[in-house]
Amino acid sequence: MTRFDSLEDSLGHTPLIGLPKLSPKAQAGAPPVRLWAKLEDRNPTGSIKDRTALFMINAAEKSGALKPGATILEPTSGNTGISLAMIAKVRGYKLVCVMPENTSPERTQLLKMWGAEIIYSPAAGGSNEAVRIAKEIAAEHPDWVFLYQYGNPANTQAHYEGTGPEIYEDLPSITHFVAGLGTTGTLMGAGKYLREKNPLVQVIAAEPRYGEVVYGLRNLDAGFVPELYDETVITRRFSVGAEDSVRRVRELLQVEGIFAGISTGAILHAALGIAREAVAAKVGADIAFIVCDAGWKYLSTGVYNEDGDADAIEGELWA
Amino acid sequence: MSKAIIEVRIPTILRPYTKNEKAVSAYGSSLSELISDLDAKFPGLGERLLENGELRRFINIYINDEDVRFMGGLSATLKAGDSVTILPAVAGGCN
Repeated sequence: MTRFDSLEDSLGHTPLIGLPKLSPKAQAGAPPVRLWAKLEDRNPTGSIKDRTALFMINAAEKSGALKPGATILEPTSGNTGISLAMIAKVRGYKLVCVMPENTSPERTQLLKMWGAEIIYSPAAGGSNEAVRIAKEIAAEHPDWVFLYQYGNPANTQAHYEGTGPEIYEDLPSITHFVAGLGTTGTLMGAGKYLREKNPLVQVIAAEPRYGEVVYGLRNLDAGFVPELYDETVITRRFSVGAEDSVRRVRELLQVEGIFAGISTGAILHAALGIAREAVAAKVGADIAFIVCDAGWKYLSTGVYNEDGDADAIEGELWA
Repeated sequence: MSKAIIEVRIPTILRPYTKNEKAVSAYGSSLSELISDLDAKFPGLGERLLENGELRRFINIYINDEDVRFMGGLSATLKAGDSVTILPAVAGGCN
């Protein structure tokens, strides 16, 4: 069924696409190792965050916290804000986003297009600082609704009810699930679902490693672990630098024709590492990974150009 | 047992302990030995990484880009040529 009553009804049920050329060749006599990309850019505003935004807003309406005409507040580096802005516009809410100043200009343009108000947080301290400032503002404006994706169980639930079951239905033979680590909602929700279905499924986190400015915390106590994070759901966790991410996102484009955002490069890098290990061990693997969004919002960085390099995103939040 | 020489990348926030060096060398066949050697060379650094004998909550350490918490934690083994990266925990991903 491809007819929907409204845009938000079309959320989810994104395609799982095989990567026949990027998947490494198995050794003679060994079972195949296959990579599968879950194209989350096929959601209404073009990212996986539509799932989070819709579930958080629905939960807040149901609980009575979100009333007609209310103002929603959220710390975001872009995608969640864009998703919330679209739904808020359609349902008649106001949205205030706290966003680090070092995110790409496209993200600001998209947020403003749907009528969101932006409060910038200083680049130094990265998303941690945006979260801290949003918490302060939430305390000053008790009438605003603070959805808080890093601690809102509806974020995890979106992936437990959506992303996870969709992947399992399309790929019951899944052996590994690889996703980005931000709010941790995708990994917690889909990871938990997949491991309930098959406890042998490995859940692998790929964390973007930014330039130094993002780690410029004033002290270590300003570090941050999302409230949603439960280490026991994850089996391995990788930190992927800008250079590897950019190399992989260009490879995905050039070899398989998939135009993804830069954080997907980090996820693909981890997925390829797992695939190579499986080939070396002569075991079969069906590795599903998340394409968080498409590359449109990152074109201004120039990393997709033939002469583009990872330095272009130094000092910028690219996920 | 000979101990491997390991390159350790230090985040900005801990560089006051390493005379502002971004990367330092230390010895250890396990992460715990490496941290002891780091603390011997750069007094006070160990205390910033560990609390009650465990990794601090807001500290992440990676061996060749993989999080040590999933590789046996402080008993994770090291071999010559490995690279270790220390980073504070930050919010990120495709938010």
